[in-house]
Amino acid sequence: MTAMLSLERLSVSFAGEAGPSIVVDDVSLTLEKGEIFGLVGESGSGKSTIANAVMGLLPASATTSGRIQLNGRETTGLDENDLRNLRGREMSMVFQDATTSLDPTWSVGEQIAETLRAHQSLSRGAARARTMSLMHEVGIPNAAQRYRDPPHRFSGGQRQRIVIAAAIANEPKLLIADEPTTALDVTIQAQILELINGLRHQHGTSVLLITHDLGVVSETCDRVAVMHRGRILETGPTRDVFGNPSHPYTRALMAANPAWSRRGSRLPVVPREWSIEEVRHD
Amino acid sequence: MTGMATLSGVNDRARRQIIGGGAVLGTLILVAVFAPVLAPYDPESMSVREVMGAPSLAHPFGSDVLGRDVLSRVMYGLRSSLAVAISAIVSSFIVAVPIGVLAGYFGAWVDSVISRMLDMILVFPAMLLAITLIAILGPGASVAAIAIAVIYLPILARVTRASTLVVVRQDYISGSRARGASHLRVLWTHVLPNSLGPVVVQASVLSAFAMQLEAGLSFLGLGVQPPNPSLGSMLADGRDVLNQAPWIEIFPGLTIMVAVLAFSFLGEGLRRALDPKGVAE
Amino acid sequence: MSALGFIVRRIGAAILSLFAMSILVFLIIRLVPGDPVRTMLGFRATDENVARLQHELGLDQPMLSQYMSWIAGLFRGDLGQDIVSHAPLSELLLQRLPVTLELAGLSMTLAVLFGVPLGVLAASGGPWSKRLTEGFVVLGISIPDFWLGIMLVLVFSGILVVLPPTGYVPFAQSPLENLRYMALPVLTLAIGEAAYVLRTTRGAVINVMGRPFVTFLRAKGISPRRILFGHALRNAGPSIVTVVGIQVGVLLGGAIIVETLFALPGVGRLVVTGINQRNYPVVQVGVLAIATIFIVVSLITDLIVGWLDPRVADGMMQ
Ligand SMILES: Nc1ncnc2c1ncn2[C@@H]1O[C@H](COP(=O)(O)OP(=O)(O)OP(=O)(O)O)[C@@H](O)[C@H]1O
Ligand SMILES: [Mg+2]
Repeated sequence: MTAMLSLERLSVSFAGEAGPSIVVDDVSLTLEKGEIFGLVGESGSGKSTIANAVMGLLPASATTSGRIQLNGRETTGLDENDLRNLRGREMSMVFQDATTSLDPTWSVGEQIAETLRAHQSLSRGAARARTMSLMHEVGIPNAAQRYRDPPHRFSGGQRQRIVIAAAIANEPKLLIADEPTTALDVTIQAQILELINGLRHQHGTSVLLITHDLGVVSETCDRVAVMHRGRILETGPTRDVFGNPSHPYTRALMAANPAWSRRGSRLPVVPREWSIEEVRHD
Repeated sequence: MTGMATLSGVNDRARRQIIGGGAVLGTLILVAVFAPVLAPYDPESMSVREVMGAPSLAHPFGSDVLGRDVLSRVMYGLRSSLAVAISAIVSSFIVAVPIGVLAGYFGAWVDSVISRMLDMILVFPAMLLAITLIAILGPGASVAAIAIAVIYLPILARVTRASTLVVVRQDYISGSRARGASHLRVLWTHVLPNSLGPVVVQASVLSAFAMQLEAGLSFLGLGVQPPNPSLGSMLADGRDVLNQAPWIEIFPGLTIMVAVLAFSFLGEGLRRALDPKGVAE
Repeated sequence: MSALGFIVRRIGAAILSLFAMSILVFLIIRLVPGDPVRTMLGFRATDENVARLQHELGLDQPMLSQYMSWIAGLFRGDLGQDIVSHAPLSELLLQRLPVTLELAGLSMTLAVLFGVPLGVLAASGGPWSKRLTEGFVVLGISIPDFWLGIMLVLVFSGILVVLPPTGYVPFAQSPLENLRYMALPVLTLAIGEAAYVLRTTRGAVINVMGRPFVTFLRAKGISPRRILFGHALRNAGPSIVTVVGIQVGVLLGGAIIVETLFALPGVGRLVVTGINQRNYPVVQVGVLAIATIFIVVSLITDLIVGWLDPRVADGMMQ
């Protein structure tokens, strides 16, 4: 069976004033169908850059090498039009801050419907009906009445639900969630994670979950990769990586987070001089 | 961090704008100040033979309907136009700064009262307010200057207020007060010098608009009065012979435009240098 | 706060502005240094004439009752009389107003029709379109509008001889001729305004395109055109409308000069002639009309901003 997503020797560097800086360094990983895969690591380790590379959303200042395959199809080298057809339909992404992810001047319903109509030829009415059932599915009560409401009339958690509804509107097979719960308080975090987990069960969506929160990973993810300064240090089933961390960096992460089932704590920056040797728990 | 920063720490574009705008403006001001020395002819002496004479070596900008030398008149016109615009902005600045500092420093009801009164002025479109004031006080160069000063008073006062608010929030102000300094002392030694940057920026930007406004008022016959030439009234004089003697219209207009551009470039450059936070709008 | 509350509050503010403005206009004649009536009458200022005119203008009454009866007159449509011709000023105003409204309306429409698309182009286009629009903005803002008008006359009436240099034909009499006479005055005002609209649109669109929701739109596969016109422009709308509201004031000021330059019988020209003839009641009526247009337009644009950005109407932003 082909993997949902596979990265082979992916490297990304940004052109800067002091020469190029390598931000993702020779990263390989595979994400199976229907799997939730966690990507953890300190701030600046390159997690979002990997997500943007997969989505084809890197700025022009970035240089990429290596291969990215989505459901067996090579996406590196596709032009912007082909990528746009994949985005929102085959793969989709939600971001950390739902408050800023929605257009403040459009009603939430219109924003979900727009995504539907960008990829499917639906009539206005059909898009509207489908939007309401999506809103219902992600847990927005009274979808019919709230269709026309602008984003600011919703709570933070509700907004993230709406963002997710828009992202999954066309039933993408891959959802990348870049710290989707960081901006939310603890109980809401749990609900959003449950929602993401439910997508996997109902639609078989594969999820790449980027987070700082080891507790979130241990509860939600099937497998996990630990990143440090652009490289993957350790990867394997969540239970193995956290149950028996073989890399000192992982142990340091866990030690810095003693009650790491307690959510919401961000990872502290740990010393930089870890030896970089990949450890696999396959 | 006092009002005037040195040019060394400023980016290239700002430096080019300040030096370029300043140089052109400096030249125009020199021409205006030394017009009596520099002008080749008496701006008011008429000559029947020269009526509507085309530009020539003797009269590079040509002559007007009364045979007066356009170049000399442009120099004198620039003199009165710049005098009106600059004196308007300077007087507006002198009145606006204390008002704005008081509103920003004391806040509360002082601020509300001052802000409401300034809002009253903004009820009128600028040009209309100028014309209304001239209707009351009668046409003339000094009334035009007063009118322009009044129009820009609320804008300069608001920028001063906003910039004062930024300064007042900083710790050392409450520190000085706690050490027993009087309000007046704190205002004079800390607040005023540190809040002037954005106001200077705004004033130089407004000078460009003041030039245009003065020209417009004089064009309507409401500003500088004959026989004194002004760039605006020269445009009114040559209007009827536009097709026969376009130089009477072209040169004064170009001069206004160059002055306006110089003021705007200087203002833009100063904004980059003195107001990086963008307090002046 | 509800949308209705927003509307009511904004209308209240406009009424306050109208009130403040009416006081200033009322005071025009009373603030004239010396004796305004003698100034008005000039050489005809015999004691008898002065007393009569003073009585006609109500200047012999106490201030407050003068103001009250002046305002009461305004509400009845009685704006007073021209002191020279004794014609009712309301008729004069009704003749003049359409000219100014047409001039200002057409100019602003043209400015928006050119400024907004060019602003989007300047925000999203290549280096050349950026440089060209930047040049247009700098020139459009720096050229004094009446001088631009004179140069347009030189080109279109003097050299090309395709448009009349001055004059006016009412729209009702001949729509086509009316537009021919209006073309140069409208163009004169529109070019400068278009520069402001362009600059605002460009700034607002660039600002919106850098916001995170645009990244999310791209991540959903929305097309660049749709992002630009459906989202960025929609979000830039409130800034553009606000600037249009402010620029209407500038435009009305410019109209005073342009009407004089092109001999258009509008309200602006009325005010200028009024000043030259010391005909204060005429000046008052003209100023009142122009300032009222400005206040009403500001009200309308603020309401449009509230409608375009639901956060404003919900009271989340001032
Ligand atoms: N557009 C860019 N240009 C230059 N450098 C960039 C750019 N985007 C990211 N970087 C750099 O790449 C590095 C990795 O950034 P990235 O956003 O991928 O980290 P991250 O792991 O997602 O961190 P965080 O947990 O804080 O979100 C950082 O050092 C960042 O400064
Ligand atoms: Mg990140």
